[in-house]
Amino acid sequence: MMASLLIKGLLRPLTESGPGADPVASEELARLAAQLGQAARRRLGRSLSIRQIDAGSCNACELEINALGNSYYDLERFGLRFVASPRHADVLLVTGPVTKNMREALERTYQATPNPKWVVAAGDCAVGCGMFSESYACVGGVSKVVPVDVRIPGCPPSPTQLLAGLLSLMEVSAGKRP
Amino acid sequence: MYDAVSLGELDLVALWGEPGSVHVAVRQATDGAIFTYLCPDGSYPSLGQRHAPAIRLERALRDLVGLDPKGLPDARPWLDHDQWGVRSPLGAIKPAETAPPYCFLPVEGEGLHEIPVGPVHAGVIEPGHFRFTVNGETIVRLEQRLGYAHKGTASLMAGAPMDVAARLCGRISGDSTVAYAYAFALAVEAATRTPAPERALWLRALMAELERLANHLGDIGAICNDASFSILHAHTGVLREQVLRASDAAFGHRLMMDRIVPGGVSQEMDEGGRKAIAGMVGRVRKVFPDLVEIYDETNSLQDRMVGTGIVRPEWVQRFAAGGIVGRAAGRSFDARHWAGYAPYDRLPFEAPVFTEGDVNARVWVRIREVEQSLALIDRLLAEAPAGAVRGEFDPAAFSGGPEGAALVESFRGDVFLWVRLGPEGRLAACHFRDPSWFQWPLLEAAVEGNIVADFPLCNKSFNCAYSGHDG
Repeated sequence: MMASLLIKGLLRPLTESGPGADPVASEELARLAAQLGQAARRRLGRSLSIRQIDAGSCNACELEINALGNSYYDLERFGLRFVASPRHADVLLVTGPVTKNMREALERTYQATPNPKWVVAAGDCAVGCGMFSESYACVGGVSKVVPVDVRIPGCPPSPTQLLAGLLSLMEVSAGKRP
Repeated sequence: MYDAVSLGELDLVALWGEPGSVHVAVRQATDGAIFTYLCPDGSYPSLGQRHAPAIRLERALRDLVGLDPKGLPDARPWLDHDQWGVRSPLGAIKPAETAPPYCFLPVEGEGLHEIPVGPVHAGVIEPGHFRFTVNGETIVRLEQRLGYAHKGTASLMAGAPMDVAARLCGRISGDSTVAYAYAFALAVEAATRTPAPERALWLRALMAELERLANHLGDIGAICNDASFSILHAHTGVLREQVLRASDAAFGHRLMMDRIVPGGVSQEMDEGGRKAIAGMVGRVRKVFPDLVEIYDETNSLQDRMVGTGIVRPEWVQRFAAGGIVGRAAGRSFDARHWAGYAPYDRLPFEAPVFTEGDVNARVWVRIREVEQSLALIDRLLAEAPAGAVRGEFDPAAFSGGPEGAALVESFRGDVFLWVRLGPEGRLAACHFRDPSWFQWPLLEAAVEGNIVADFPLCNKSFNCAYSGHDG
């Protein structure tokens, strides 16, 4: 059973032929894949490590970030990968309205990330236009705590929007390379 | 009432409060009730001192409203991390005075050491802190500290216009956005005695089953992935994505946020959407049995799952722990049956129950519920009546502060939600209790005596909410 599943996966990879996929989204994904590949190779040698930080999101953004790893989006083919420690990271991908209870943890994670580093605020809450910004318990956006390079709005942003945002990061990062 | 709860004759459903009163929701086999204790002096007798499941609820109530549970053995805060700048934000708001540092429970013994984990975790998951005390490889004690995702959602909902409150409610826990919006709509409709149109009831249940299906498929794979068995993770991830795309095609949002509203649903499903869901169900049905067979017949995987992280039946009874955690340890409670909200009162389905209480049993509950949800989706697609999906509903038409409550089965367990309406169509007050409140404490108990390397398996098999719990 396992062998047949493995062989099927090799012969008919979903990543390229996405059954039932929206053709427009697939085209956009293909275009993104080409652009992101070139930009990443040029600036970062085809490798960009991302440390994700949930600074108090409702977890919807995490669901879609996790979806980037499934066979349809296959984030790692772009040289983008999630790492377990900020010490290994080039990029911090931050979600949530930054709850006051998470502010210090976000600051410390940022400090623990080596230079050069970029911060991506993903989702309306992280961008600063979410529903929680007026709460006694929230700071109200990532840029109020650490500098933000790229903003990806959406509630939550779709995996395709997240990929598009990471592409724009590649363009931003050109000016910050040491 | 305290006697009945502590003796196990009544299940504790929720405990919350407002300035001057404490509310306790309880249930038994066929009905439920909400008791209110008036406490103008700001204190009330602690239920937690006699019934452990209430301890965290009372600590949270003290943090948020400032009501003092007399006799509560744990004086520490729970959601308040001394960062808000104020005390009792839902009560008589006071500026924050200096608080003593938070102390974890003391652990003494030869050869013990501590492993602090979080709030920032190694994976793409929500924030929380775990303090392990270990002896070699073996966990002697786990103590959780939660509240990092506390957003003050209840305070934002209080006084908000009804549509804003509904949107906030859909962001209490993103993975359960349908279930929370569902509970909110039912509670508001119970308060105003205005049922939604028949078709809306069926579409709500359809969304709830799609949400359950997507989460269970994701969780089954993620649990296996934590045992480094990534092939199942890859394949269930594909199925999960297909569910999300079908949901998007039918309701215009992958997670179906803001689709259930008081008075009905905000979006009709057209024929294209119906076909997208039917096609997805066919594909999942074709692939899923093979994945289950691989799960069940891979010895190295079974070795990690069977007998790991055991939750005892008496614990789930005492904590009235619902959802997967309860049904994997012999407690059959399912809010769809108990509350019998339409259309579940007309749809036959089983709540699968296992008794082993280990990681494997929690996987099997999910497997059986995937099958049940697929069958339910078939019926819901086939039998949903035609008609309007949204009724005439004007929240401003109701005066006198009517109250309503609802219990809805999310993929994780029963979500309790209570509302009181205010003037001008606004929400006056709201309380929500995530199923995780009665599941998180059992995770502390279940990992005792397990090795540290099995914690991710145990944790993922519970999949408790952080944001849903923290509010």
